[in-house]
Amino acid sequence: MLTLDFEQPIVNIEKKIEELRKMSEESGIDLSKEIETFEEQSKEYKKELYENLKPAQKLQIARHPNRPNFMDYIGLMTTDFIEMHGDRCGMDDRAIIGGPARIDGRPVMIIGTMKGKTTKENLEYNFGMPQPQGYRKALRLFEHANRFDLPVITLIDTQGAYPGIKAEETGQGGAIAENLKEMAKLGVPVIAIITGEGCSGGALGLAVSNRVYVLEHAYYTVISPEGCASILWRDAALASTAADALKITGNDLLKFGIIDGVIKEPMGGAHYDYEFMANEIKTTILAALDEMKEMTPQQLKDDRYDKFRRMGVFNQ
Amino acid sequence: MTLKDWFEIRKEQQIAARPVDPKIDDNIGKLWVKCYNCNAQLLRKDLEHHMMVCPNCDYHFRIDARTRIAQLFDEGTFEECFQNITPADPLEFVDTESYKERQRKAKEATNLDDAVVTGTGLVEGEKIACAVMDFGYMGGSMGSVVGEKVTRIMEEAIKQKIPMVAVTASGGARMQESALSLMQMAKTSCAVARLNEAKILYITILTEPTYGGVTASFGTIGDIIIAEQGARIGFAGRRVIEQTIRQKLPADFQTAEYLLKHGQVDIISKRVDLKHTLGTILKLHKK
Repeated sequence: MLTLDFEQPIVNIEKKIEELRKMSEESGIDLSKEIETFEEQSKEYKKELYENLKPAQKLQIARHPNRPNFMDYIGLMTTDFIEMHGDRCGMDDRAIIGGPARIDGRPVMIIGTMKGKTTKENLEYNFGMPQPQGYRKALRLFEHANRFDLPVITLIDTQGAYPGIKAEETGQGGAIAENLKEMAKLGVPVIAIITGEGCSGGALGLAVSNRVYVLEHAYYTVISPEGCASILWRDAALASTAADALKITGNDLLKFGIIDGVIKEPMGGAHYDYEFMANEIKTTILAALDEMKEMTPQQLKDDRYDKFRRMGVFNQ
Repeated sequence: MTLKDWFEIRKEQQIAARPVDPKIDDNIGKLWVKCYNCNAQLLRKDLEHHMMVCPNCDYHFRIDARTRIAQLFDEGTFEECFQNITPADPLEFVDTESYKERQRKAKEATNLDDAVVTGTGLVEGEKIACAVMDFGYMGGSMGSVVGEKVTRIMEEAIKQKIPMVAVTASGGARMQESALSLMQMAKTSCAVARLNEAKILYITILTEPTYGGVTASFGTIGDIIIAEQGARIGFAGRRVIEQTIRQKLPADFQTAEYLLKHGQVDIISKRVDLKHTLGTILKLHKK
């Protein structure tokens, strides 16, 4: 697994522990005390490190190539998933996947952006960057869910909608806007979870919901820190400065009333323990669904409208 | 020193003496204006008389919100509202310059508090609610103020049961407000959903330039979408696309004419026809 630069000291300590173990086994000398001390040290160091990550470091975890993707969560969190393909206008955008499934026995419509882990997969899923056709497929699924009273769950991990010639010609902006507008009209509960990268309109196009949650090391922003740095500072290398300035992590988003909660990740990030992560997300979804159980379609719509209506800071 | 050296030195001195950052648009306030497209020297008064369209080549100059309002509305009928909403600096954002300083400079340059003017008025006798964006204020970017004013004027349209018109000119979301500005896309689009449900006619007029967050929200979900002639409209900027796909883009890429060809807008209108086009549509949809 890829080690992030700031994790190197931990890897070094763990290597040392491994060496001591080997030595102890080979020579028969009891080194358990020393090993224990090192393990204690490693644990403390990890805690210290992961609880005080800078935005730029969280960014690295959010983008970790081994981070669980949409299909991992489907496998761990749901049963009976039936994928629904295609926008019915000539394309099946693989960057967005969705269909009905059960979470803890309850039928839901689950839709998300999909990233690959290998080059081959990444080409298939276009690095998790949807085209307009992907958003239109999602819209078709939203409307299906609305007709059959299925709560909508979206899992979002995208660096944004794809910027390309075909995407512009087929209305990338319009497709996202249409989703924002039509999601507002859904009479079923909608829950959005940012599982990794939540970049700009590409992420928002699946996130007009009654509840929005962000994973502990995920981020949600109007523009990637690299993009922001290259426009405002005219230097993409200043991305970590931009990441600080943009206030993109869970706690800041919570403070500005943009999200409803931060979902805890396993020590070091979701990629260290898929099952723990999937379970935390599942628990959050079930609790949110319970909260909204008694709400009528109109109440759900009004709740969603009021939620976004309140957002923004200005003087008057 | 050879003669060649002398020329070399003179050339370098001339280069050094050039202004570092030449202003493109230093025409404002001058008697004569040079057309960006055909380089014709135009008398400012003539250009204004032609609605800021080059009489020589039909190039449509960018215009500010106040000029647009004067061109679109029946004289003296526009009543501005929600002027009391002004920008804050929730993130205390500083890049090469602070957000506060950028706001101050933008206000000085445009005499506006933010990038949109909202109000009601008559177009060919028909009452409408309207939001007009101003590219001169921080590139017409959408932050909390733009989102709030656009939403309020849409709610006003529902209350008064009058059609809503949005005239866009924007580089996209306002980065200095980060996720708060992203949420304005959701907020304004939710307001459009309410316009739909109340069966209020919503027309968008996309003008040079309309990009990013405005294209991906209230700009492109009008019941009828009009693009002004020559306007460039898109989701991602030209440079970003070129860098991503590493290909040269067609010259007319993202122009209003290009979008019409690909089915993304309903109508292209010249500036001189815009008011009448709008008036005709309003009358056709009158109940």
